[in-house]
Amino acid sequence: MFHLQSANASYNNKDVLVDITLQIPAGQKLALIGHSGSGKSTLLKLLYQQRPQDISLVPQDYGLVSSLSVFHNVYMGQLAYQPLWYNLVNLIKPLKKPLQDVEQILDNIKLSDKLLEPVAQLSGGQQQRTAVARAMMQGSDILLADEPVSSLDEHQSKLVMSLLCNDFDTVVLAMHDIDLALTYCDRIIGLDHGRITIDAPTTSLNRNDLLDIYGE
Amino acid sequence: MENNAPIFQRPSRWKISGLFILIALACLPFADLTINTFDPMAELDRLFSGLLSPSLYPIESPIDALLQTVAFAILGVSSGSVIGFSLAQIFHFRLVRTICALIRAVHELFWALIFLQIFGLHPLTGLLAIGLPYTATFAKVYAEILEEGDRRAFDTIRHSSSFTSAFFYARLPDLWQHFIAYTSYRLECGLRSSTILGFIGLPTLGYYLSSAFLEGQYSEVWALLILFYLLIASIKYWVRPKLLPVYLLISPFIIANDSHISFDNVHRFFTQDIIPLPIRNGQGISELWLWFYNLFINEALPGIVNSLVLTQLALILTGFITLVWFPLISKLFFARFARSIGHFFLVVMRSTPEYILAFILLTLWGPSMLPAIIALALHNGAIIAHLMGHYSDALPLRLDATKGLNRYAYEVVPRIYGQFMAFLFYRWEIILRESAILGILGITTLGFYIDSAIQDIRLDRAMVLIIITALLNVCIDTISRHIRSRLRLSMGPEIISK
Repeated sequence: MFHLQSANASYNNKDVLVDITLQIPAGQKLALIGHSGSGKSTLLKLLYQQRPQDISLVPQDYGLVSSLSVFHNVYMGQLAYQPLWYNLVNLIKPLKKPLQDVEQILDNIKLSDKLLEPVAQLSGGQQQRTAVARAMMQGSDILLADEPVSSLDEHQSKLVMSLLCNDFDTVVLAMHDIDLALTYCDRIIGLDHGRITIDAPTTSLNRNDLLDIYGE
Repeated sequence: MENNAPIFQRPSRWKISGLFILIALACLPFADLTINTFDPMAELDRLFSGLLSPSLYPIESPIDALLQTVAFAILGVSSGSVIGFSLAQIFHFRLVRTICALIRAVHELFWALIFLQIFGLHPLTGLLAIGLPYTATFAKVYAEILEEGDRRAFDTIRHSSSFTSAFFYARLPDLWQHFIAYTSYRLECGLRSSTILGFIGLPTLGYYLSSAFLEGQYSEVWALLILFYLLIASIKYWVRPKLLPVYLLISPFIIANDSHISFDNVHRFFTQDIIPLPIRNGQGISELWLWFYNLFINEALPGIVNSLVLTQLALILTGFITLVWFPLISKLFFARFARSIGHFFLVVMRSTPEYILAFILLTLWGPSMLPAIIALALHNGAIIAHLMGHYSDALPLRLDATKGLNRYAYEVVPRIYGQFMAFLFYRWEIILRESAILGILGITTLGFYIDSAIQDIRLDRAMVLIIITALLNVCIDTISRHIRSRLRLSMGPEIISK
């Protein structure tokens, strides 16, 4: 599905990723862990550029349009699949079919009470779930998500993680919660200063060792 | 779900946009939108064929006209800037604020018409016509800049030194760049003002432009317009701080002419001309009321209605044009080459004074509101589109954001709409001021009645109408500020940070 061979990346003359070699087969649930600044976001970006058409994306800053409603923001995942006139009409007057589709997704993620509220009025956690819902609305086979549960409490985090891992075939998540990564993913890659320091199936990893290296 | 289905609430700026569109639609039946010329396309054709053969040859002294334009602008803007700066220091006095607001509310062309009556074609007329309204604007904007600046350093040393030294050490250095930026922007405006003052008789580019137009000499028209664009486009090359003293020294000699101020004239203007006729004739208060009543019903009221109708229609069209044009220069929609064409187009549209645009369109279509609406919308739309285009470049779009019209409708317009409305409402009062002066060209806005009163040498009536125009402007400005502050409240930090 993804293939990187000795990939490097730099930003403002500073190396962000060094000599990354990586294969990700279809169907894998992969967690990227590491401190902030270790290169997780940049690695996600590299992966995204490999096949942008097939990917649903949850960016770290959510990428929401705060003046539009939750409904419109989630619907944006569908823009590419619908005719332009349909999108424009739906922008001015929410249509019945998309309303139902979006509400279904929001129901799963426990946000349907905010369906028609402007995103600007939501809390950080609600905005994050809106961004997740948009990715689910898009419904690609692959999900790339940068810290998709960073603003959620434990209960909501588990809900979102299980939804994402069930909904998408291939999943690559950047995250810093090691327990969640161990629970929901089948492979973990640890990054440190732009280099891969761990790459192993979840089953072979020890929670305490990971916490020592990558814990907060 | 059926019973307690959530209702889709459109944001308040949607509702206000809708309200203004409805107002514009309601104005439509009252607007005269006819094309009166016999064959407008042929006229347009002749206009553009002039572009192929621009010629300065028939114009007596184009260089002199150019120098006059620059000299009036430099002297007017500099004096306005210096006096405005002093006034900014005492802008907290209500009286100063009110007087400045009233002076600002009168367009420089009206000031020029007034001073023409007092000083004739003496250079003082052009100087004051630019200097006075610019002083009032500078005072306001400089005061705003001072208010927003950081006062802490100043407050710390304020008591151990004189006010002036404290000001120069602790306030001016931080704010200097803002003053310079705004002042040089106003110099560009001053060049436009100085140009159009030619339309009422000053020896600037506009004088030759209007006579070339009226004679249908389109080759000359284009030559003069190109000269004007070059002047505006080259500002950054010839306006240098070091050269400014030189310009200031030379300019008085350029604008000097051999006309003299007649003090009899000045005296008569203040003691007779502008005194309402019934008072001059020693008639009673009831006669004065009747005089005012007739003036108000027969001229001011139709003038106000037409000015407002024109303004509301131009405002909506401006907004529409802005939304269509801003993508032309936005990195989110076009590649570099296409954007450079867009930039060129917008620069030409916003550099051309709306007065000249209206003049061109009136020549083509004859006197009705149509040319005025289009001229105002093209000019103001280009200004806001330029600002919005740059603003949209800074938007943080997701990696996977859609393209084309989907991106426009879902990602970009919702994000910039607040800023867009703020700019549009800011220009509302400016559009009203401009629509009043377009009356001089024959459209029956307030300016039409003012101009006719002046032509008939009934300056008492002209003064009353000018005061009414100023008050109308102050009203619209107040409403606009109210709406802007309300929208800002409902739009969150998105707009406040800009």
